[in-house]
Parts: sequence; C-alpha cells; structure tokens
Amino acid sequence: MKAGSNLERVLTEGNFAVTAELGPPKSADVETVHKKADILKGKVDAVNITDNQTAIVRMSSIGAAKLVLDKGLEPVVQMVCRDRNRIAMQSDILGAYALGLKNLLCLTGDHQKFGNHPTAKNVFDLDSLQLLQMFKRMRDDKVFQCGEEVRNSKKAPIVEPRLFLGAAENPFAHPYEFRAIRLKKKVNAGADFIQTQLIFDVPRFKEWMKEVVGMGLHEKVFILAGVMPIKSPRVIEYMKANVAGLSIPDALIQRMKGASDPKEEGVTFVVEMINEVRQIEGVRGVHIMAVEWEEIVPTIVERAGLLPRP
Amino acid sequence: MIVGERKPLSEIREMLKGYKKVLVLGCRTCVAVCMAGGDKEVELLGSQLRIASKKDGDELEIVEDSVERQCDPEYIEPLKEKVEQCDAVLSMACGCGVQFMAERYVDTPVLPAINTNFIGVTESTGVWTERCAQCGNCVLHLTGGICPIARCSKSLLNGPCGGSHDGKCEIDPGVPCGWQLIYDRMAKLGLLEKLEEVIPPKDWTTSRDGGPRKIVREDVKV
Repeated sequence: MKAGSNLERVLTEGNFAVTAELGPPKSADVETVHKKADILKGKVDAVNITDNQTAIVRMSSIGAAKLVLDKGLEPVVQMVCRDRNRIAMQSDILGAYALGLKNLLCLTGDHQKFGNHPTAKNVFDLDSLQLLQMFKRMRDDKVFQCGEEVRNSKKAPIVEPRLFLGAAENPFAHPYEFRAIRLKKKVNAGADFIQTQLIFDVPRFKEWMKEVVGMGLHEKVFILAGVMPIKSPRVIEYMKANVAGLSIPDALIQRMKGASDPKEEGVTFVVEMINEVRQIEGVRGVHIMAVEWEEIVPTIVERAGLLPRP
Repeated sequence: MIVGERKPLSEIREMLKGYKKVLVLGCRTCVAVCMAGGDKEVELLGSQLRIASKKDGDELEIVEDSVERQCDPEYIEPLKEKVEQCDAVLSMACGCGVQFMAERYVDTPVLPAINTNFIGVTESTGVWTERCAQCGNCVLHLTGGICPIARCSKSLLNGPCGGSHDGKCEIDPGVPCGWQLIYDRMAKLGLLEKLEEVIPPKDWTTSRDGGPRKIVREDVKV
C-alpha cells in the first residue's frame, strides 16, 4: 500500500470500486457538505471533492474534504493546475495530508472562461502530468519538486505526504489516436488510479479500453469508468451543446425525451451503463458523477448490485 | 513581429483631454506591418482627431510624424525639437516604443494609442495570429515547430487536455487546438514516439516570471 487509503485497499484487494462526486457549495455553508456526506457514507468507497469545477468559485476542495472526512466518509481531493503554482500546490498537499486526506486526483482544470471570473489570470505553471510526477516524487523519493528533502531541517524527520494518486483521462476528446498514449504518459508519471470522463458513447469507450489493454496499462493502473445519471432531457441536451469533451449519442437524448418518468429513466440508464462497463476488460470500478443529484447515488449503487461496500 | 491594434477613438480622446498640441507619432516597423501604427494610421488618426475636436469645439492641434523604430535611441533622438513644442506625444508604437519615448522625453507625457497584443504572424491580409509567448527557453524542437506555450490555451507541455474537439480548443471553436496541430505535425514527420516522453516542469525563470529581462552581449557592446 502506498497511501493506505480505503480506496487503495478496495482496489488492491481486487474489489470492483465505487466512487462518487461531491460538489462543494458556492458559499461557506458546512451543512450542505455534511448533508451530502451523510447521503453517501457507506454507499461508496470514496468521494471526489471537486476543485472549483467549471472555474466557478466554491468552498476549497481540501476544506470540504476535511468536513467529509470528519463525517466518516473518505474523500478524494481534486486539484487543478489552473489556479495555483507548484509552490501553492505542494504546500496545500502538505496541509491536506496533515489533515488526514489520502487520495488526490490531479487534473488540468477547465479554462476560467467558463466560470464566474472569466477576467481572472490563469496559472498553469504545471500540467496535470507534471503535477502527478511532483506528488509521486514527494511520496516515493521524499523530495519537493526543487529536489530538497521533505523535512523541516537537517535534524528534523522526513514527513512526506503519502497520497494515493489519481488522474483523469478523456477517451472522447480528440485526437483519439493520442488518448491511450496520454494515459500511458499518466501512468508513467505516477498515476495509481484513473477516473475517466463521462461515458455515454460505449463503442468509443470500448475501442479506447481495447488500446489500453493492448498496451498492458490495465495491469499498471486501476481504471474507474465515469458514469452519470441523467436527471432530465434538458440536462443532457445542455451538456451536448455546452460541455467540451463529451460524446453524447442523439439516441440517448431521444430516449430521455421519450421517457414518461425522466428521473427513473436516468437511473435505469446509468445502472445499465454500470453493468455494461463492468464487463469490459480492464475496468476496475465506476465513478458516479451525479452533478447536484448526490441523493440518487445510494439508489444507483444498490440497483447495480454493488452494496454492501467491502 | 509585434502585433498591435489601435485603441478606440473615444478612449484616445479621453486620454488627450486638456492637451492643446499633440504629436501623433507612428512607428514604421512591426506596427506598420500589422496596420496599427505606421504612416497611414498616423494620418488617419490625425484626421479623426482633428474632425472630432472641431466637432466638439476643442482646441487641439495635431502634429504628425513617424520614425523607423521608436525602440531605438538613434531614431527617437532627432525628435527632440518636435516633442518640446508639444504638450503630449501620442505614440502609435507598441508598448516598448511608448516607454522608450517616455524614458527619453521625461518632461512630456507619452500616451499609448495602440494596445500591444502579441508576437505573431500575418496569416492572410488583415488576419494576425499569435505564435510566440517569449518564454525565453524554446521547445519548438520537441513539438514539431508548434509552440505549446503560445498555442495551447493552458500552455500544456504533455499533450491535449480533455477539451480538444474536432481540432478546436474548448475556449472557442474559432481557436485551433495547439496540441491537435502538434500531433498532426509530429505524425507527418514520423516522430509521434517523441510525444510519449513526459516533459518535466518548465523552468520559467527565463520567462516574465523571472522579472524584467535583459540581454548583454559583451562582443557587440560599445
């Protein structure tokens, strides 16, 4: 075990892992975080805490993660390269680890253009691969990015942040030919687990997984397939029109539009999706991103036959 | 070249409030090529300012001139007499020209008439696009001659983010994805395996992040 997190244990023991996503509030409201954590506790192995997703200012990922941890649910801190340089990122991770956080997902981050502060300056001192590599070195080589040891002074003990490191990959972004190679780069940079972009286009996902398996990457990294329950036809239509990097078949939109009970249809769809991706070689878990619909996650996990959690 | 774009007339008028005699000074190098601040643009802006001030009943005298380069002492030195006769200089050079004029003529306000946008190329007549972000440590040999710092909206060094779609960047369908361009070019050159290497964190000390930059060449210094 590299970090000793619950997620790492579940995956290492060979179980099919289940993670979900918890979006922190656009305020300092602790209750919202606690409520969402209570819903998810015991139903998933760990929960991702997003980092100012779509570049909208929210409670910090590390702050919200600590609130979740205190509720007895294990968080996966997400960190994007948009807002912080290598100094702030390493410092934040020392703090996060000191607070008991053990999983980290390294991401590029949505461009600030999409958020509520489009006039902001972005950082991108590092990219997501370099971020992974930096934290892997901090954990395994016990050195900062600059090469100095992770200790307060020559006589002080080395106390390195031991994190279970994740990355994302989007099989649906272009160029397709580079997507499995990019995964390989992330594995080489230090990814222990991967959470994929939302899957709506199963044939393309299978094609990518075939390449991944062909490269033997599924034996080096735990791959969790990203899925989403669709709450309404409006949501999926909006996503098709506005969210970069998704492949949404028209048939799915028609299916949601034709449903007499769209929420029920959304759940049925995601359960079918989980059952389908489970059969694909190399898929070691699912990551359920129920954006602002966290309360549905327990139902999904139960209907997919994934309870109780190990 | 340095690519600039003229500021709106209203903004320039606002800047000139209170001045009676203004030297509109063009630059015949970069900003002339990108049609923002050369002889022609000086003439046009001069006329616009005269018409506008007449309409508003302001007293404004415009003097027009251009030099080869406002970023070179030898070309701005001869302007001494002209500058001293004016209340202000409205420079149509890039930000370097404006500052160099202001450094030389410390008693006269030097105002910018153009916005300095980027280092770029003329893609076609009337279309200029950015190519170089002046990071001071060129990586073009690693990326097929296409700069990931300047051409990728997130300056990523290890491949495209998840927002690359149909060759376009997530920020705007009018912006090509820099990494799609790099991928295509490397494929054409038969060098795709080079993109599999992880490029380590960049040393930004040679970039603006290291503070204002300076080059001293002892071999040519006088």
